[in-house]
Amino acid sequence: MKSTCPVCDAQVTLPKNTEESEIISCSDCHTRLVVSSLKDNNATLQEAPKVEEDWGE
Amino acid sequence: MIKIGLLHTTIRGDEKLIIEAARKKSIKIKLIDVREEIFNRKTYQCNFDVALQRCVSTVKGNNATHFFESIGIKVINNSSVAAICEDKFVTSLALQKANIPTPDFAMVFNSTQAVKAIKKMGGFPVVIKPPLGSWGRLLAKINDIDALEAILEHKDVLGSPQQKSFYIQQYIKKAGRDIRAFVIDGQTICAIYRDSLHWITNTARGGVTSNCPVTREIADISKKASDAVGDGILSTDIFETNDGLQINEINHTTEFKNSEKPTKTSISGAILDYCVKVVKNL
Repeated sequence: MKSTCPVCDAQVTLPKNTEESEIISCSDCHTRLVVSSLKDNNATLQEAPKVEEDWGE
Repeated sequence: MIKIGLLHTTIRGDEKLIIEAARKKSIKIKLIDVREEIFNRKTYQCNFDVALQRCVSTVKGNNATHFFESIGIKVINNSSVAAICEDKFVTSLALQKANIPTPDFAMVFNSTQAVKAIKKMGGFPVVIKPPLGSWGRLLAKINDIDALEAILEHKDVLGSPQQKSFYIQQYIKKAGRDIRAFVIDGQTICAIYRDSLHWITNTARGGVTSNCPVTREIADISKKASDAVGDGILSTDIFETNDGLQINEINHTTEFKNSEKPTKTSISGAILDYCVKVVKNL
């Protein structure tokens, strides 16, 4: 499955088992991206949210 | 077939491992991005047996946990466990109350009291941590009074109200590593060493993981720590000291993606097995 990086327009290849809300990196510009939707083998990517104060384990 | 509701925000490598393990075990997983939900008791339709709380956001995870508990869905880990483990001060209190070895600590709200507390704890260095926080962020090793005054003034002026509660912990000199033990239902299933040249050993800060054999001492102290906070799916962060092991912190939405390989243990599989066990005992 392929999609487009919203930052640099590079083509991003997604692994088969990709899930919605998963964080990935663009191999060209290394921006952290989130898979915002995944429908009918089409993935939409957005810039990942920045780490917030309450994030963690 | 048992269906687990996996409560999440962003999907990390850890959640991917859980999803993959569920596929292998033929366990149904319903992914619930809590950011997209409407938690209204009057309208919510729930179609799973148990919720596994895996939100990276503590606040959103807590709200989701309280909601599902309010409609009678068991959440792993439950809100009582989360309330203790998410707060380092509350965790330390629970550990000390249960007579479990843990570094000395104090909570103060101004620099005068901080100086007095540090004196009573044996002096510098100490560590100041945000009571709520993770991944080794905003930890400060305070070596002297000058550093103490600077850090506390910055927190006072720049920090949120939570940052103005000063949790001070005795600094424990580590031999370049600490231990993280994965504890499910009181049983330590595996453990890792986290090695780092830096005094902060979190893997999020570059700590390198390797297998740590689970000794009886590790299993015993982890069981006691798990009991002290209410059990569930936990990980204990352990210091090795000349006086034996000490529990530093306990994590209630533990990350484990870097730990399955060195320990050769399916932590994700064990998490699911525990969820199934909980459902069967409902």
